[in-house]
Amino acid sequence: MIGDTRKVLSAEEWAVVWLSLKVSGVAIALTMPVAFALAWALARGRFRGRILLDALVHLPLVVPPVVTGWLLLLAFGANGPAGRFLERALGLTFMFRWTGAALASAVMALPLMVRAIRLSLEAVDRRLEVAARTLGAGPWRTFAAITLPLSLPGVLAAAVLGFARSLGEFGATITFVSNIPGETQTLPLAIYAALQVPGGDSAVARLAFLSLLLSLAALVASEWLVRRGPLGAGGDRHVL
Amino acid sequence: MSFEVDVSVRRGDRIIAARFATGSGITALFGPSGAGKTSVLDMVAGLVRPDSGRVVVGGEVLFDAAAGNDVPPERRRCGYVFQDLRLFPHRRVRDNLLFGWRLAPPEARWLSLEAACGFLGIGHLLDRAPASLSGGEAQRVAIGRALLSGPRFLAMDEPLSSLDLPRREEILKVVERIRDELNLPILYVTHDPDELSRLAATVVRLG
Repeated sequence: MIGDTRKVLSAEEWAVVWLSLKVSGVAIALTMPVAFALAWALARGRFRGRILLDALVHLPLVVPPVVTGWLLLLAFGANGPAGRFLERALGLTFMFRWTGAALASAVMALPLMVRAIRLSLEAVDRRLEVAARTLGAGPWRTFAAITLPLSLPGVLAAAVLGFARSLGEFGATITFVSNIPGETQTLPLAIYAALQVPGGDSAVARLAFLSLLLSLAALVASEWLVRRGPLGAGGDRHVL
Repeated sequence: MSFEVDVSVRRGDRIIAARFATGSGITALFGPSGAGKTSVLDMVAGLVRPDSGRVVVGGEVLFDAAAGNDVPPERRRCGYVFQDLRLFPHRRVRDNLLFGWRLAPPEARWLSLEAACGFLGIGHLLDRAPASLSGGEAQRVAIGRALLSGPRFLAMDEPLSSLDLPRREEILKVVERIRDELNLPILYVTHDPDELSRLAATVVRLG
């Protein structure tokens, strides 16, 4: 069976799929702590500039992706301040590298992830946290035992949504790190490249179908995670 | 003295204040709705910070505005039974009951899970989800969770308010047994005069 499915795509096409999964996986893993911290600040924080922070976080959702890619180029390019700093400090470069594709994906996925986590944090009943305090739990223990598990469906949904968004990332990526097979050519970029080639129709169809399938799976998974509250708290599942 | 309380806090444009010193047994905070009974309970439990005053329970200073002393709620050892219970929806009854017990230092655990289940008749509920409990069952689990956290006193906020008459009687008996058999001081919020006489409570009028 596995042998049969492998034949559906060429070796180059499989490489594209794996690169896409790698770029999206790394992007989401690195974005998650940032997204959670931002969601926490927006959901619980009472500070000046909260509205501005909220707007900044949502910016990649509304700005043309090509503009986001250009800004990334300015900041993280060879001569950008952030790019130079990271190269000197960590030896990390983004230009024409898959790491740059991951960074572009991360920035584009951030607003969606922050939104999902923030909603789930806002849905956590703060009175339960107060009850945990009276039972002997300090602030950190309360977070770990009450707040985090109760917001977990939102965190998981954020991961899946962000992953799906990353898989589809095109504009910011191609602007920032170009379209290099084997390095920055993720699924959407490969589809775009195949469209430029005469007779590339069947490759386009295969990759597009695969893209659809992955996105659909991610959406179904996130919907399932949101509905399935822990211990049937979501209402549709009862334990004995 | 079990409770030596003298607190006041500003809430919007009015001031909630209470001052009392009471012995063992049940101290009832009594008054109409909106008199600030729950706020006083929250100040004793450390959930609301008084603007001024002192809170001393069993000789231990929990709050002293003048001395800048404010023990955080997790170290006050106050078994708080909330009016809305606040059972943890993502944990089964057993883990709700043991939540505070596990956090308490071993020497502070004066009650075991088995003893609590026997005392409250909730042994058969251990594997249930809180959402599946009836009102009386949930009330008993909430009381059990507070008792198992190793408290030095209980704070109960209108524990009968959401129950029908037969369940009320059941919980009243539990409260009496906590008073008589466990010898635990109880700060008890109510607006019902019948509960005062029934529980032989020392009454603090508010409002």
